[in-house]
Amino acid sequence: MIDREQVLHVAKLARLRLTDEEVDRMAGELSGILEHVEHISELDLDDVEPTAHVIELENVLRPDKPRPSWPREDVLGLAPDAADGAFRVPSPQA
Amino acid sequence: MSELLELTAAEAIERIASGELSSDEYWDAYREAASGDELNAYLWHAAEESPVDEGAADRELRGAPIAVKDIFCTNGVVTTAGSRILEHNEPLYDAGAITRLREAGARILGKTNMDEFAMGSSNENSAYGDVLNPWDRSRVPGGSSGGSAAAVAGRLAPWAIGTDTGGSIRQPASLCGIVGMKPTYGAVSRYGMIAFASSLDQCGPLTRDVTDAAILLRAIEGRDHCDSTSVGIEGGVALPSREDLKGLSFGVPRELAGDAEGMESGVRANFERTLALVEELGGEVSETELPHAPHGISAYYVLAPAEASANLARYDGVRFGLRTAADDLTEMYESTRRDGFGAEVKRRIMLGTYSLASGYYDAYYGRAQRVRTKIAEDFDTAFERFDYIVTPTSPTVAFELGERTGDPLAMYMSDYCTVPMPLAGIPAISIPSGLARPDGGGPKLPVGFQIAGPAFSESGMLDVAYALERAIGFDSRPPSNGSAR
Amino acid sequence: MGAVSGERWEPVIGLEIHVQLSTKTKMFCGCSLSFGDEPNVHTCPVCLGHPGTLPTANEQAIRYGLMIALALECEVAARSSFHRKNYFYPDLPKGYQISQYDEPLAVNGRLGDVRIHRAHLEEDAAKLIHLGESGRIHGSGSSLVDFNRGGTPLVEIVTEPDIRSAAQAREWAQLLRTTLRQLGVSDVNMEEGSLRVDGNISLRPAGSEELGVKTELKNMNSFRFLERGIEAEIARQRALLQAGEEVEQETFHFHPEDGSLTPLRSKEYAHDYRYFPEPDLVPVAPTEEMVVEAREALPELPAARRERYVSEVGLSDEAAATLAFQSAYGEYFERALESADGASATAIANWVTGELVATLRQAGEEDPLESKATPAAVATLAGLVEAKRISHGSGKQVLAKLVAEGGDPAAIVESEGLAQISDTGELEKVVEAAIEAEPEAAEAVRGGNEKAAGRIMGAVMKQTKGRADGGEVQRLIREKLGS
Ligand SMILES: [Mg+2]
Ligand SMILES: [Zn+2]
Repeated sequence: MIDREQVLHVAKLARLRLTDEEVDRMAGELSGILEHVEHISELDLDDVEPTAHVIELENVLRPDKPRPSWPREDVLGLAPDAADGAFRVPSPQA
Repeated sequence: MSELLELTAAEAIERIASGELSSDEYWDAYREAASGDELNAYLWHAAEESPVDEGAADRELRGAPIAVKDIFCTNGVVTTAGSRILEHNEPLYDAGAITRLREAGARILGKTNMDEFAMGSSNENSAYGDVLNPWDRSRVPGGSSGGSAAAVAGRLAPWAIGTDTGGSIRQPASLCGIVGMKPTYGAVSRYGMIAFASSLDQCGPLTRDVTDAAILLRAIEGRDHCDSTSVGIEGGVALPSREDLKGLSFGVPRELAGDAEGMESGVRANFERTLALVEELGGEVSETELPHAPHGISAYYVLAPAEASANLARYDGVRFGLRTAADDLTEMYESTRRDGFGAEVKRRIMLGTYSLASGYYDAYYGRAQRVRTKIAEDFDTAFERFDYIVTPTSPTVAFELGERTGDPLAMYMSDYCTVPMPLAGIPAISIPSGLARPDGGGPKLPVGFQIAGPAFSESGMLDVAYALERAIGFDSRPPSNGSAR
Repeated sequence: MGAVSGERWEPVIGLEIHVQLSTKTKMFCGCSLSFGDEPNVHTCPVCLGHPGTLPTANEQAIRYGLMIALALECEVAARSSFHRKNYFYPDLPKGYQISQYDEPLAVNGRLGDVRIHRAHLEEDAAKLIHLGESGRIHGSGSSLVDFNRGGTPLVEIVTEPDIRSAAQAREWAQLLRTTLRQLGVSDVNMEEGSLRVDGNISLRPAGSEELGVKTELKNMNSFRFLERGIEAEIARQRALLQAGEEVEQETFHFHPEDGSLTPLRSKEYAHDYRYFPEPDLVPVAPTEEMVVEAREALPELPAARRERYVSEVGLSDEAAATLAFQSAYGEYFERALESADGASATAIANWVTGELVATLRQAGEEDPLESKATPAAVATLAGLVEAKRISHGSGKQVLAKLVAEGGDPAAIVESEGLAQISDTGELEKVVEAAIEAEPEAAEAVRGGNEKAAGRIMGAVMKQTKGRADGGEVQRLIREKLGS
């Protein structure tokens, strides 16, 4: 029910590199899981509100008060590749 | 020494408070135990010379050691979430729950092993190896908080905190013969708790008994301004003291008990005996229904992976964590994530990305959100008639390592009885209710009894669990050789 | 739609505007906002998307969002919520942008003659610096990411496709900037990127109702470039359609250097953003108090101000529009009015919108409020001319001096000897002298040729260095030549 093409498209969206074997296995496993999930399509949910949050909270806001930022050497210390006070990456293709 | 390891945290704290026991002696006993970890329960534990938080011993928790699931960020201490992609990740801050624990006078004994990004029910998805069940080392401890459960049951920690998204506290607690509680969504801060499925994740205690669970929950609950969805538990958490269940009504949903497919006969029998005990204590037990609960797994395996697919997008090799070098950006992203994530995480990212992709959203994510509404409504209806809902925690006792790794769906079914509660956001606790042999033979292994209540009913729920715990009289000590018979 | 040759094409233009809010802190964390600081000195685990961190919404950003919504006459949603917009890019730390989707803060508004489709809140991306490349994104090499800007609060405003020309787009964008500047919610500086305007452009046969295939146009970081970019894209599409070719849906990047357009490849495969509700943030449901507070914080906005200038102050439509939509001149006018003794509002308005605008443009000055010619001085000047104490021509000389050196108009009139000749006897002599000097013209006037009087008038003005009252001179010429 999910074919290789779909798996490859989704993998692209998710930025995952899959081997050929993984693509095949993924196609089978996802199909199996979705087959089970499909059961919810039998339910009549037409006038049911979707739930995004389980607690009813609104307008939880933060006052616009600055607090100190983190030392640059600390945050760059975690970076796989830092240069000139910034995070370095391969240039995006445009 | 080993006698110290048999104390509940409450007992030890009391002795320290009364001067019978020194906080450091208690700490050292556990530090030693942790360094002798044979269950692979710990990914990191405090070293001998690790700095002692002065003054901790004077506060509420008296410097008691605690094991923390490696999903909680600890300032300067490597936090991996069980993943290769965070192998050397040293957070710059403490999680909200960690801050509360430190403020209450607890000391971090170690970071416990877990399924990668909390995705799993057996702890076989950790990038750092399987965790063994102290009752039978050829079996899984459950997951995803398997390291925390094994450490507490195996006397490697007096107590621990973990996270529960679909059962990740309650199911391992059940499989390891300890108490595990998932509080109401919003009771405990999620700040600094590495996200799996943000609308479901909740932090909770794993302890030897119900009293310890109450004390620990009391320490960690509360509103945190860094988490917009946290509110804490109004009125706090009372210490349990109830001796009977008179005047309380308990609903047994047939979908999650009698009719549940794949439930082992031993588990079923134990559940029946426990229900009899509830009645002996004066509780009123009757059958009820949660018509949509059987669809919980379906809704859960759409919603949780969808949220996870976004929550795990930040692991891109740019600002922290693993990077696999490449000249091209897309190449860098794809190979970093290929090398950093394990099979189950990739599977769920794929599942979640697919269900959100254009053309599929309504059929999957949209419907799952509505099923979630129906499941919550089912509970509301049930709680109009009953004070609490009770079910077995896990359909089976601890299964063997490797037994379900080949079949994702079978693995997902381990959460059949625990998934509906987080979908509804309500609290639930699992307490050990005895031992049973798996179908097809094997050693006697712990069985868990689950009690679920309305949102923020934690104090009452703990009271019920306490009364029942005394009636059950479960001996939480695993066989010393770690092979139950 | 295929093109029929000779058919005339009508441009259909909608704008998508991103406005950086001038709050103290970022949209979802407590880092302070900055411009032009060292890279990555305004960051924290939250705005860097570190594991475990959670966003918390900035109260002031919501307030500013409401002010903008009300200023654009939008319906404020009773309940609005945040969504995650998913795509991978190095300037997007979490791998998703927190934005709004099916429940935006506000919808269905209007500014001037353009309808507003929606206005919503979101967070800005970080800044990518492309090493070894000048200007825009380009292949190979490496880039640096500076997260100072990442997480800056943004309001995205989307218009309906009500604009019909590049010039109209520019004018409307300027009106929007004036409006936002008056609200004080943003620096609205296109060069610095605090106001970013993208265009959605399509062509259709004149008179047709349905919309053609639209393209998106980015990187027009000044009003001039906005107009030039849209013009270029209209020309490109027209050429295609005239040639009977199809316009393809794509995004173009405008190059100010040479006015060229190059297609941008999409950030995300197949543009599949996989929006879903942000579980870490609860809905924003503006309360009565929140809305009232925002409304009371609104200053007089351009549309209302033009209305008032016409109906209450009695200014001409053009003068009112200039003063209302060019907020600096509006402010200048308001200050001049305050210090005016005697001079009428219309006289002051005419001097400000006429001679002052022209003189400053000649002097190459941008902001009238910065000029040496103070509002009070110009008010006095307008009063002197209105009271016929000096002629209009002399007034222009005084203004030039005010703009160049500043000072007090009365003093300038004195020192330059520009005071109007009020002594009729003296003026009479000058007129007679002029008639002597211009016999042909005098003849012509006697012969009924009124126009010829101009020559004599000119001579008089020359003689008096413009200090004569034109009306009085006319009267005297007629009297003398009995026409
Ligand atoms: Mg936007
Ligand atoms: Zn920040």
